[in-house]
Amino acid sequence: MAETQKGWDRNQMAARAAQELQDGFYVNLGIGIPTLVANYIPEGVSVTLQSENGMLGMGPFPYDDEVDPDLINAGKQTITELDTSSYFSSADSFAMIRGGHIDLSILGAMEVAENGDLANWMIPGKMVKGMGGAMDLVAGVKRVVVIMDHVSKAGAPKLLKACTLPLTGTGVVDRIITGFGVFDITDGGLKVIELAPGVTLEDVKDATEASVVG
Amino acid sequence: MANKVHSCASAALEGILFDGMSVMSGGFGLCGIPENLIAAIHAAGVKDLSVVSNNCGVDGFGLGILLDARQIAKMTSSYVGENKEFERQYLDGELELEFNPQGTLAERIRAGGAGIPGFYTKTGVGTLIAEGKDHKDFDGETYILETGLTADLAIVKAWKADTEGNLVFRKTARNFNPMMATAGRITVAEVEEIVEPGELDPDHIHTPGIFVQRLIKGDHEKRIEQRTVRSREEA
Repeated sequence: MAETQKGWDRNQMAARAAQELQDGFYVNLGIGIPTLVANYIPEGVSVTLQSENGMLGMGPFPYDDEVDPDLINAGKQTITELDTSSYFSSADSFAMIRGGHIDLSILGAMEVAENGDLANWMIPGKMVKGMGGAMDLVAGVKRVVVIMDHVSKAGAPKLLKACTLPLTGTGVVDRIITGFGVFDITDGGLKVIELAPGVTLEDVKDATEASVVG
Repeated sequence: MANKVHSCASAALEGILFDGMSVMSGGFGLCGIPENLIAAIHAAGVKDLSVVSNNCGVDGFGLGILLDARQIAKMTSSYVGENKEFERQYLDGELELEFNPQGTLAERIRAGGAGIPGFYTKTGVGTLIAEGKDHKDFDGETYILETGLTADLAIVKAWKADTEGNLVFRKTARNFNPMMATAGRITVAEVEEIVEPGELDPDHIHTPGIFVQRLIKGDHEKRIEQRTVRSREEA
């Protein structure tokens, strides 16, 4: 059992990422694990969630009899509005994002390089989905935090010296949260900010191609 | 003043459609899509369309029906992951695809409709998107040149209109529709309700009627892609 308790699972990663939220922040959460961050917003911290399809102040999922097809988030899930919500066009939405008005973006990744390069939108010849708003978010939002698996399903490192997949942005990532811990992009490489329970610095170094600074 | 209100989607598109034309289609996912006008384009059978839309519907609904009928030659989109037929046609080389970052796409359309031929953005610098584009530094930061987009036809979905073509959108169904309305050489809008002049508050108009040439009241299925709910017990 000790083996399975080592590190953080998806929900624990999301809970740790929620510690990045500060009172008064305007925040954009990506699809997947980042969406779970909304479940762990710390008590006393009030943030406004932006959905890039055109909404500020996202509310929780609706009750069954409240579902409205005109009200969805960027993951196309039905949601609700709050008393503080506002709606706007895609052009206004990305004016907020590109114009540096959003404080924090938390999003997923396939690869991150030690210089902060991010790849999360395309696997040539395999995955044809598109970047959606990811390139705009990483280019424009003040702080970018990535939540990702530390290694691939096959055990290969995903924190690399240089990304192998097509980039979403260059030098854009500030902080990475994996099942192994929390790491910051610094001039010397990935700086360990926090290790998940049971994870050692040696574990991190063994599973990471990027330079790791203890 | 010309009457903008038409009896149905096919009537509203009369004399506009031709093979090889460019079409902007509003919506995000299946939210706020002009489903009646898409169906009328499908029925008209025009082909080799160059379509600008954030997504391409799903298999069998929205723009997906034009894809299934092989009416689309090129898509300009930011995300097409909900559509297996799209992936198949693209990987088989049957469909041309131009990916634009979502904000770049929105701004290209906004610029096109506003008479702005190009603008610089930092989105996509250092990525595949920047290849072949003019780079320019402003205050020590690098930006790339993106061009404004217009189309032969824009089809948009709004909630309400008056007979002048003034439009009001509802919730997140607004998305790309207002910019596309400005960027079509002809813009046709479908709405859920058409009211008489004076019934909409002029201060609450999202798209002024100058951008809308033709108008219909449609019937909307409003299909939901991801029905996510919570139970009252949780709360």
